[in-house]
Amino acid sequence: MAGTLAEKVWDAHVVRRAEGEPDLLYIDLHLLHEVTSPQAFDGLRLAGRPVRRPDLTLATEDHNVPTTPGPITDPVSKVQVETLRRNCAEFGVRLYPMGDADQGIVHVVGPQLGLTQPGMTVVCGDSHTSTHGAFGALAFGIGTSEVEHVLATQTLPLRPFRTLAVNVRGALPEGVTAKDVVLAVIAKIGTGGGQGYVIEYRGEAIEALSMEARMTVCNMSIEAGARAGMIAPDQTTFDYLQGRPHAPTGADWDAAVAEWTALRSDDDAVFDAEVDLDAADLSPFVTWGTNPGQGLPLSASVPDPEEFADESDRLAAANALAYMGLEPGTPLRDIKVDTVFVGSCTNGRIEDLRAAAAVVQGHRVADGVRMLVVPGSAKVRLQAESEGLDKVFTAAGAEWRLPGCSMCLGMNPDTLAPGERSASTSNRNFEGRQGKGGRTHLVSPLVAAATAVRGTLSSPNDLDDQARTPGELASATTGEA
Amino acid sequence: MEKFETHTGVGVPLRRSNVDTDQIIPAEYLKRVTRTGFEDGLFAAWRKDESFVLNNPVYAEGSVLVAGPDFGTGSSREHAVWALMNWGFRVVISSRFADIFRGNSGKQGLLTAIVAQDDVELIWKYLENNPGAQITVDLVARTVHAGEIVAPFEIDDYTRWRLLEGLDDIGLTLRHEDLVADFESHRPSHKPVTSPA
Repeated sequence: MAGTLAEKVWDAHVVRRAEGEPDLLYIDLHLLHEVTSPQAFDGLRLAGRPVRRPDLTLATEDHNVPTTPGPITDPVSKVQVETLRRNCAEFGVRLYPMGDADQGIVHVVGPQLGLTQPGMTVVCGDSHTSTHGAFGALAFGIGTSEVEHVLATQTLPLRPFRTLAVNVRGALPEGVTAKDVVLAVIAKIGTGGGQGYVIEYRGEAIEALSMEARMTVCNMSIEAGARAGMIAPDQTTFDYLQGRPHAPTGADWDAAVAEWTALRSDDDAVFDAEVDLDAADLSPFVTWGTNPGQGLPLSASVPDPEEFADESDRLAAANALAYMGLEPGTPLRDIKVDTVFVGSCTNGRIEDLRAAAAVVQGHRVADGVRMLVVPGSAKVRLQAESEGLDKVFTAAGAEWRLPGCSMCLGMNPDTLAPGERSASTSNRNFEGRQGKGGRTHLVSPLVAAATAVRGTLSSPNDLDDQARTPGELASATTGEA
Repeated sequence: MEKFETHTGVGVPLRRSNVDTDQIIPAEYLKRVTRTGFEDGLFAAWRKDESFVLNNPVYAEGSVLVAGPDFGTGSSREHAVWALMNWGFRVVISSRFADIFRGNSGKQGLLTAIVAQDDVELIWKYLENNPGAQITVDLVARTVHAGEIVAPFEIDDYTRWRLLEGLDDIGLTLRHEDLVADFESHRPSHKPVTSPA
């Protein structure tokens, strides 16, 4: 029978199937961090259970870690990180702690080590685990009880997800990035539109994306309510993986590629739902509200809540505008920001930093604006420094930080003050997400950088830019050095 | 896990859609390493507003939360479930739940009852006209009783069975450990391990 990519990966991992019960699914890779794991390890300890497969488990410190040099000063954060260290030592789980060359945001670390591979099942106690679906893996976030379940059994009882195809046809216009694509998808289907689904992103515009850009798209699947996002593996995937520390080698590599090449939805596979977007219609996209579905093209204006047909949308929009301190009809380009954040598991990889650096190069961050650049991992930081990107950022007046989740969720000292407004390359603009009372506009790295320079929401086209040729900007956009 | 058959308690009308888990419990409250004590962070930002429903003393004993659609979206934090349960909630009613939140709730014994939005509106009106009124959630019959209103709710059969029996998932899976071992013996050799490369 014809199957979709998600169904094929699912079927290859079924340990047990019984009428009326969820499937028991085998998990190939389990990623851990300090926030959602302590209660799971505690549960194991209470029940006297070991970690079944420490060799399929990896931990990193990311959510709480400071991005300025020195130890963790918040005592509660410190306890959480120390608890992870103690748990990993006790249960034999490999951990990349702060300061390690392989430390970083869990969803940046897995792919860069080559641990995330096509056809795998990947879970983590973090909803942005969907990032790993960019490799054609079935990857999804789980709660702490499920973390404990995977630690104890390396499996999860799960009901099959439905499948949703998101087809992005044609070629993206210059200056339109993966972030704009996924923000437009979420605005189209809504924050609940993907509920119960695994999204498979398809079409020429998706196939043309780099691996890192594909990760950006899959990362935000959860913001549409979807459990996971996937993209069929292809030569771009194989080229990215080959030579990475945990990628197969020799005969194993050949066997793996043969298997991976077959991992695509059959031509006659039927999805439970399909959504089409024309890439040519897309432009830089920003959010105006307090959920990631409340977004519009940068050229638009703040909407009037009265114009929403649905009562619940009307109320949500009115609440959002009150929280965001915005007036209907204000052009989005006129919105002034206080802070620009470049980083996170959505946009904290090297191509993101290159894109932002290319825009700020030769400019200064606008007066009164603070720009934070936080690499997604220690490796990304070192790579950026070897390319001189840190110098570009600091010369422009931005702050160059140590890797971690940072201001994406403000569990470390990087937060917005009440009423402060940010343009952020992260994934959530929820009330208080980046700090109590903070106001977040989600943007791409290109828009973030241009906004830092102008002080108002902007795209690189808004800059009076004599410093670089369009060709240089384009290569920075696609991430090709 | 405690068995769940029926629950009767004070209904709390929360007229909000898209209640994400950052609202249920902000990140700054996630730093504990236990499963208890999270009630201090429940709806922390909204509770600063005097008019917020949970600040009304008639809802102090609230145990059935009646919310708008798309409850529990966003972060996978199970702390959201712990915070609701630590506060005293046993049931959340909504027309649509985010998948991860619904899964987390089922593991902890917090009942997520999917009630049609039209019925949610009726229950809201009933609770607002009768502040502090009790409502009954019957998992055996899959119905919510609020005054004269009897609304059916949906929940998948397997979760319902586990809640009714009070069964622990890990224990259930470990009954099939031989199947897990058998599956492992057939995994391809090219699959990665996390030990140092």
